[in-house]
Amino acid sequence: MTQTKTSQRTGLITTKLGMTRVFSEKGEHVPVTVLKLDAVQVVGVRTQEKNGYTALQLGYGTAKVKNVAKAQRETYAKAKVEPKKKLVEFRVSPDAVLEIGSELSATHFVPGQYVDVTSTSIGKGFAGVMKRWNFRGLRATHGVSISHRSPGSTGQRQDPGRTFKGKKMPGHMGDRTVTTLNLQIVSVDPELGVVLVRGAIPGAEGAYVTIRDAVKRERHKDAPLPAGLKSMTSGSTEVAA
Amino acid sequence: MNLLQKIEANQVEKLKENSKLAEFSIGDTVRVNVKVVEGSRERVQAYEGVCIAIKNAGLNSAFTVRKISYGEGVERVFPLYSPRIESVERIRRGAVRRAKLYYLRTRRGKAARITEKTDYEQKKSA
Repeated sequence: MTQTKTSQRTGLITTKLGMTRVFSEKGEHVPVTVLKLDAVQVVGVRTQEKNGYTALQLGYGTAKVKNVAKAQRETYAKAKVEPKKKLVEFRVSPDAVLEIGSELSATHFVPGQYVDVTSTSIGKGFAGVMKRWNFRGLRATHGVSISHRSPGSTGQRQDPGRTFKGKKMPGHMGDRTVTTLNLQIVSVDPELGVVLVRGAIPGAEGAYVTIRDAVKRERHKDAPLPAGLKSMTSGSTEVAA
Repeated sequence: MNLLQKIEANQVEKLKENSKLAEFSIGDTVRVNVKVVEGSRERVQAYEGVCIAIKNAGLNSAFTVRKISYGEGVERVFPLYSPRIESVERIRRGAVRRAKLYYLRTRRGKAARITEKTDYEQKKSA
């Protein structure tokens, strides 16, 4: 199979475990977020002929069969894959399509590689303007009463006589999809099924996080193509050791 | 043990292998040999003082060393498992009854002394 620079690999579904630190060989302290893989398998393939686009449907974890609807049970049975807790589609180029049922490994990413990470941010509920938009609020003294954290004026006078659209106001904050670009992979552990990413990642602990190759950087030259699969992990770790 | 703790424990094991930490406890006078980078070359700098606190938290363990430098109190916090620490030597054992010696901060000179810990068993045999 010929691979080009433009071929697009699949991403991975993980859950956020939490943060810790790693000491580099130089002795620097590196803050990392630990992301866990759990039985990440290809559940479906979308093809140009059939669906009009090329993508892989990946599944994470294992769901109890009694909690899976009958229609979904059928699709899992057809794919000969255990029911999954979470399904995500990743667009790929036709040369990076994988077989249904193949299990992905943490070695899909290599240390030093840059990735984009997507997750649902922690919900903050209905937040005021100081928390949500970093407004200054009003003064603590000098006659200000009750409205210390208020937004203040929202516009001009009779002309224009209205508040402009898009005015920053209180409202719901957080609990939306956030993508952080260009985070570096610090290390991967295929045995524990763990990926360590430098820095913080949106979302609460236990949240689903998808990792993809960074769109704004060239793919790492050691990144396995079409993907890092579980069946080949034993071979690759031996090489590393 | 959850996965996160396992990862931290694995790292501690690895870092312990090539660290030369002498056994020391609170109240001891210790010399910490720290690797410092000056320009392009690396050398070892010694920092000597009284260990006034130890935080035991796995990988995040740290200890605080206090000394008086040119009449000014200086405290440095070292991560216990940092590869930047070349070695730690115990110079003098101190007899203290507290886990954190923060009271030393308000004391100077004679009042800030710590009596040396002497092993009773050893004394008897001598």
